[in-house]
Amino acid sequence: MSTIIIAFNNTDIAFNISPKPSMEAVPCSQLYYTVCLLSLHNHHHNFLFNQFHKRMISLRVPAPSSFNLQRLNSQALERRWRLGRDCFLSFSPSCVENRIGLGVRSTKSEMAPFTAAEEETLPEGLQPELMPKHVAVIMDGNGRWAKNQGLQPWDGHRAGVEALREIVELCGKWGIQVLTVFAFSTDNWIRPKIEIDFLLSLFERTLKSELETLAKNNVRISIIGDSSKLPKSLLEVINEVEEVTKNNTRLQLIVAVGYSGKYDVLQACRGIAQRVKDGEIDVEEIDEGLIEQELETNVTEFPYPDLLIRTSGELRVSNFLLWQLAYTELFFAQELWPDFGRNGFVEALMSFQQRQRRFGGRKS
Amino acid sequence: MGGEVRQLLEQIHRFSRRCLFRVLSMGPLPTHLAFIMDGNRRYAKKRGLEDGSGHKAGFSTLMSMLQYCYELGIKYVTIYAFSIDNFRRKPEEVQSLMDLMLEKIKSLLDKESIVHEYGIRVYFIGNLGLLNDQVRAAAEEVMKATAKNSRVVLLVCVAYNSTDEIVQAVKRSCVDKADRDTERIQLVDIEENMQMSVAPEPDILIRSSGETRLSNFLLWQTGNSQLFSLDALWPEIGLRHLVWAILNFQRSHSYLEKRKKQL
Repeated sequence: MSTIIIAFNNTDIAFNISPKPSMEAVPCSQLYYTVCLLSLHNHHHNFLFNQFHKRMISLRVPAPSSFNLQRLNSQALERRWRLGRDCFLSFSPSCVENRIGLGVRSTKSEMAPFTAAEEETLPEGLQPELMPKHVAVIMDGNGRWAKNQGLQPWDGHRAGVEALREIVELCGKWGIQVLTVFAFSTDNWIRPKIEIDFLLSLFERTLKSELETLAKNNVRISIIGDSSKLPKSLLEVINEVEEVTKNNTRLQLIVAVGYSGKYDVLQACRGIAQRVKDGEIDVEEIDEGLIEQELETNVTEFPYPDLLIRTSGELRVSNFLLWQLAYTELFFAQELWPDFGRNGFVEALMSFQQRQRRFGGRKS
Repeated sequence: MGGEVRQLLEQIHRFSRRCLFRVLSMGPLPTHLAFIMDGNRRYAKKRGLEDGSGHKAGFSTLMSMLQYCYELGIKYVTIYAFSIDNFRRKPEEVQSLMDLMLEKIKSLLDKESIVHEYGIRVYFIGNLGLLNDQVRAAAEEVMKATAKNSRVVLLVCVAYNSTDEIVQAVKRSCVDKADRDTERIQLVDIEENMQMSVAPEPDILIRSSGETRLSNFLLWQTGNSQLFSLDALWPEIGLRHLVWAILNFQRSHSYLEKRKKQL
């Protein structure tokens, strides 16, 4: 299920695109209205209308809701837009949400600056010397969370952003050096182009607005993934953000966009093959260290996560990281990502600290 | 008298197992199962046995698990027998493990072994050059002897590390594509040079003894596999764990198939 909100002559229009028949209780009348409006104004969107038409038949028609044009322009929808626009990243591979905001930021979701003076002591039960240096997170379950709450999908992502901010703050406070998050997978490229365009423009806008906050909090951002398919403007923003924050030391936030573990190894292989071709190294000299250097996670001092957390109860890695997960402790949380928060994080850390890591050897 | 009773019990077990498997096969079954056989030594310690017997108990558990898998109709089974990291253990332990492996590999060639009963084709995956000559020769002999079997497949990962497998595949890809444009190296080029390319990707990876990590096993192939971490130690693993894992797999299978179709 994915949702697109289009800013259209200052009128907010929301409609749903489903890859398959959706059981969402979408007011059909609203849907038809919005799609007709679009196709009238811009023939470019006709293909959407055609797609919709086929899917409309299978949409469940709910009890008739009073719908009128005024409601579209009402404060309620505008507020939801603003909140939806605060979505920092779209992370759930199963639910990609895109929106173009009105350019207004909600102050509620601004990350509170944390300084050394406010450094929190670790909660009861956690030992500082056993804290992981690098934590990786697969933030799964935003769409399902929104569905369970009876909210719209973009609300799920807004809640997901809040959860991410909380975790980033906690990592900064508790001395975790690197946090890797899974934003957009190579599998997501097969989604409709219009969706991807919205998503990437959202990402760009959010990076621009978050830059100041990150710099203030001494957070370094690195983006990894296949940048060849990203639009130029986004690449420029990424370069700028990485450049501005590159000397920050408190926490390194690695965002994986257009990334998959196999792709990472493939591009490392290509780099090595090129070096072999150039005569720089011999084929026999290729070893694990060389591949490690060529992987995209070489942007950090600690490329291997100590702990990988996946929420929403799915028991798989989904090709997130590959090489780097060789000895990573995996933690599968039952909660959906927006519910994960501090409690879930503490539980994951406690579980991590109790594990015996032997790396193939023996504990004598 | 005791022997007859035992035989009768075994017949009953076999029959009830067949019924159970028939019920299970109403739903989707995995094609490829992978096991990390962890916890042998802890088991021996727990039972107060001598050191080597944990691994022996582990081997008999392995045989019964293979039997259940092949009876159920799972075509590929991969096991993590010995990692390259395990060479770092005490030399005595490594040596006793090597001796046990040599003995068991040779026993696979027996007429009554499980290999002949189920028509298993055996592969030994890993950096076999790191093994001593006897073990390597025995492994190669088994691979040659079972090359014609085609019903089911057993992949034994010995002297194996997933990162090592990837390094070897990268080396071979570089050599293959040396004369061509390096940008044209694709995923399939690396994948076809992997030793594990003889089998599809595992549907389920089961690790015993409660640890939840991959330990450098099948990193490339388990991207979309369901990972189960069972608290029981490997020699304690039995039919109920297998059934539980398969039921869980069946529960999430339909959702996954839909996602795969979308891809």
